[in-house]
Amino acid sequence: MATHTRYAPDRGLTVRMTATMFLLGLVFVAFVALIIGILTAVHASSGAIIFFALVFGGGTAFISLFYSDKIALSAAGAREVTPQEAPKLHAVVDRLCALADMDKPRVAIAPTDLPNAFATGRNSKNSVLCVTDGLLRRLEDDELEGVLAHELSHVAHKDVQVMTYASLLAIVAGLLVRFAFYSELFGGGRRSSNDGNAALIIPLIMLVSAVVYAISFLLIRLLSRYRELAADRSGALLTGQPSSLASALQKVSGAMSRIPTKDLRAAESLNAFYFAPAMRLNGKSLANVFSTHPSLERRLEELAKVQKQLGQVAQDNR
Amino acid sequence: MGILDTLFGRTKPVQPKLDDLFALPGAAIQLQAATGFTPTGSGSVCFRAVEGKTFGDIQKDVRELLDMDTGKPGEAGLPVEVTKDDYGYTWLVSNHMSDEMDGLVTDLHAVNTALADNGFGPQLLCTLVAFRDDEHRPFALVYLYKRGTFYPFAPMPGRQDRRDNALEMQVKGVLENELKIEQDLARWFPVWGAPGL
Repeated sequence: MATHTRYAPDRGLTVRMTATMFLLGLVFVAFVALIIGILTAVHASSGAIIFFALVFGGGTAFISLFYSDKIALSAAGAREVTPQEAPKLHAVVDRLCALADMDKPRVAIAPTDLPNAFATGRNSKNSVLCVTDGLLRRLEDDELEGVLAHELSHVAHKDVQVMTYASLLAIVAGLLVRFAFYSELFGGGRRSSNDGNAALIIPLIMLVSAVVYAISFLLIRLLSRYRELAADRSGALLTGQPSSLASALQKVSGAMSRIPTKDLRAAESLNAFYFAPAMRLNGKSLANVFSTHPSLERRLEELAKVQKQLGQVAQDNR
Repeated sequence: MGILDTLFGRTKPVQPKLDDLFALPGAAIQLQAATGFTPTGSGSVCFRAVEGKTFGDIQKDVRELLDMDTGKPGEAGLPVEVTKDDYGYTWLVSNHMSDEMDGLVTDLHAVNTALADNGFGPQLLCTLVAFRDDEHRPFALVYLYKRGTFYPFAPMPGRQDRRDNALEMQVKGVLENELKIEQDLARWFPVWGAPGL
């Protein structure tokens, strides 16, 4: 009896996420195979370009993974706060961490009027949870708790790690396009003397990389949206109050649309880890494909499902 | 959390560990012998209420169950108090005589089982049992459901948001063999003004 649970995983979401990750993997394998194929077919010396792209891309990803907390904090101009400085905020996080049995992340406040929150860091020991002044001012206590639970879910799901690994391919492909372009510009003459085919390789690598970059970019955005939904869901289950998170979302997105675009653009670099995207999207289908966050309607819909699940009478489950 | 859960972004809500609570009466005796702190007879269960009628119904049932012994001849049971704190958590406070540690722990355990059996186990936050010494200093042992561990909490009387860390460390030493004490000090989160304290 005690073993039954109201907290069943959302199978549909799991399936969609698996499919997205499978496709990403597929693109990755195809990309590597194509590059190797092109290189072996022509015995080219341009392997160096690919080697550099891999090292450079991998290095960038590694650094951003390791220093994600510091980078994000300084980009947001945020400052870490002690329990004495922000007792209420710390107390809410304390309780949520005790409920979820997870390590408490560091807590920071960004002096921005834009109502938003983000969590970053490669694992729960090294993560930091940041909220903006605007969020603290605008939200009621229970709404703030909902938002914090959403962010803590990102930490628990290791979203920073997952998204970094997922974007590794896109970073490398993007670099390859750039490197290939430059080597075409500056080194074209030397190569054509020893191999006739070589003139073709570089543009070919460039083309393949560009296509791979475009596809993986879309897939990563898709994955990011699914992970937002997953964090919404886990956060709402943790607090047991899906409606608080829903009203916080409505407040944040509603207030967002009144803020001038100039401020918003300055905040854009942090988008991927924010609670709501700091960009004005008018719900057009094309904008949806590119956005890191699902639409407000979609998020509210999913939260309503959680609400129904939590309210089920116990007998149904037994 | 397994690697699959990480990949798919799911968190399984953590189920509470309940049975360790029964170590409390023994620990209370040990605590009294070593530090002079005696149980006040009140204890409380703190949980996060879930929105909707189902959870409300369960909460009502639990209350009725605990109030059953109230007012009966030969029973010293006092009514259960329910309070909601500033953080949105609900506290069920059970009051007993100071020598009725067993009865108190049984009451607290009944709340846990009622919630867990109805599938709301993950909502349990902590249980708190209050103590006082001769100088009326407040002290509490807090049980963390998700970790199955206890930690001491000693707010300094008359001083806002200050805790007596020395006393807490002393109690940790005293009870190390009686209770599973939370070893990660970062998880000894304070519960200022907790009902029943």
